[in-house]
Amino acid sequence: MEKFKKLTSTAIPLEIENVDTDQIIPARFLKATDKKGFGENVFRDWRFNKDGSMNQDFSLNDSKYVGSILVAGNNFGCGSSREHAAWALSAYGFKVIVSSFFADIFKGNSLNNGLLPVQVSESFLKKLFETIKLEPDTKITVELETEKITIDSTGDSEGFEIDAYKKTCMLNGYDDIDFLLSKKEEINTFELSRK
Amino acid sequence: MKKTLFDKVWDAHVVDTIENGPQVLYIDKHLIHEVTSPQAFKELEDRGIPILRPQQIVATADHNTPTIDQHLPVKDLLSRNQLKQLAINCEKNGITLYGLGHKYNGIVHVMAPELGITQPGMTVVCGDSHTSTHGAFGTIAFGIGTSQVAQVFASQCLLLKKPKKLRVTVNGTLKNGVLPKDVILYIISQIGTNAGTGYFCEYAGEVFENMSMEGRMTVCNMSIEMGARGGMIAPDETTFSYVKGRKFAPQGIEFEKKLTYWKTLKTDEGAEFDKEYSFDANLIEPMITYGTNPGMGIKLNGKIPKVEDRSFEKSLTYMGFRAGEQLINKPINYVFIGSCTNSRIEDFRVAANYVKGKRKAENVTAWLVPGSKQVEAQIVEEGLQKIFEEAGFQLRQPGCSACLAMNDDKIPQGEYCVSTSNRNFEGRQGQGARTLLASPLVAAATAIEGKLIDITKQFN
Ligand code: SF4
Repeated sequence: MEKFKKLTSTAIPLEIENVDTDQIIPARFLKATDKKGFGENVFRDWRFNKDGSMNQDFSLNDSKYVGSILVAGNNFGCGSSREHAAWALSAYGFKVIVSSFFADIFKGNSLNNGLLPVQVSESFLKKLFETIKLEPDTKITVELETEKITIDSTGDSEGFEIDAYKKTCMLNGYDDIDFLLSKKEEINTFELSRK
Repeated sequence: MKKTLFDKVWDAHVVDTIENGPQVLYIDKHLIHEVTSPQAFKELEDRGIPILRPQQIVATADHNTPTIDQHLPVKDLLSRNQLKQLAINCEKNGITLYGLGHKYNGIVHVMAPELGITQPGMTVVCGDSHTSTHGAFGTIAFGIGTSQVAQVFASQCLLLKKPKKLRVTVNGTLKNGVLPKDVILYIISQIGTNAGTGYFCEYAGEVFENMSMEGRMTVCNMSIEMGARGGMIAPDETTFSYVKGRKFAPQGIEFEKKLTYWKTLKTDEGAEFDKEYSFDANLIEPMITYGTNPGMGIKLNGKIPKVEDRSFEKSLTYMGFRAGEQLINKPINYVFIGSCTNSRIEDFRVAANYVKGKRKAENVTAWLVPGSKQVEAQIVEEGLQKIFEEAGFQLRQPGCSACLAMNDDKIPQGEYCVSTSNRNFEGRQGQGARTLLASPLVAAATAIEGKLIDITKQFN
């Protein structure tokens, strides 16, 4: 897993609530047996019109918006447990997702893939949307160590919370498998105690 | 200390606790399928890590399988490859696979309970969010991502923070024509799709106590639709007699020993929950959803509410509905009875009972997709197949089918489908398809009439 410490980037707004993982990556693209290539199909049915042309109204296709931060509406990532959603967002180039609420499984999946979910208050989210839409080249800084997100131009900032263990993993690029393997003995003892 | 059902099962599986961090939770059963496992197998292979307990893993093929001509090679190349990869991975690692055509094959959340793989007091995981279904047995069961599938492969454990506890109580008696599906759709419509986020839910009260195992599975299945990681119901005589005698259930003296333990699995009087809701069974009516998330449900003869909100309006535009309108008499061309929510024998009995002696409307395509080979066999055995055929319904072979439309079972662009599945997201049943979630009874009635009708009139 890649390390994550700090990121300063412009952001792309996705002002929609309850974005589910079926939208992030539709089921028909889940037939692959490796993790590659999902980026092309992220938000497929929103990015493209029925005739295959680009949907110019969709913010990811709007040339004013670029960056590796996605700012999305409340309850992001609900629905299916498919980790393909996190792979697709990462592969597309996102490193941080900001929302006022994340669905549980999606949050875990993102953290396991070095994609940082930053949960902010409704009011801060509103501020983010307003600022980005007004000045699309506004830079936003996300710092994991201090758990802080800042709108650079205005200096507005807010703290976010992240599980201490997961934070260490992201800062160092460790994953859970390494940790669990170090617990082999305890696992063995546990199994024996239940026999 | 007084404990909840959830506490009891969770605490019995904690291997280790990291200070200020997550716990190491032991997993009894790991279910896998073709879509969310290949990358996990690959990860372990790349890192040279063996699978720790292959005998605690059971595999099935369900998401990406055709529902006709299962004896022939799968036409779609990518799907065929994914199924082949699962077979290779299972073979290499000594994992039992009930592949396409096997008499135990089926949707993972239908086949595992019916084989007695799911038992009270266990921890069960699967790379699929509706793993919550198994909670009907008083099991801690939840969906995981592929990275976690790899973790369980490697260590038979997961690193988790203990979720908070939620209880939903429904007391009273359900009206005629109100099914378990209506109960859960009602609950979600009342509390919303993220009321359960961060929680594990226990369903309690007379309504669940009086429910069959099939009904309890329908309810627990949709716990994820209110945001909860899982839902569970305390095991009782209904549970024990369902499990007893099943293929992989403990037998004889082993069963008796387990039974003594299983009987302790209930929430202690006075144990505390972090959040509680309670509802009156009498107020629940047959339900239907009108929007693009499962919380957007109303009673069948109700009106779509007026809400001023961009996401709400976007959803209604997608569905082609207007705020304030009624759905009764809306023409419907597709009906799907299937998915891990409602594809058990009881669901088909309810549908057959309604359909018997009637004929589906001309405009309707009605797909019946059993949850497993065993359910399929039972449909034939009980003579339901004949009833359905005479009514013009299509009985297909088991699988997830139009629930997620990964195979060819797609609802065409713009069409409405009354579906017994669990998700009505945009495009879930095919690009541009419009899903209305309902019970198997409402689905059957819709197929007969070719439009939504108010079944409450017939049942009261
Ligand atoms: S039937 Fe639908 S919800 Fe159930 S496991 Fe299959 S795809 Fe998932």
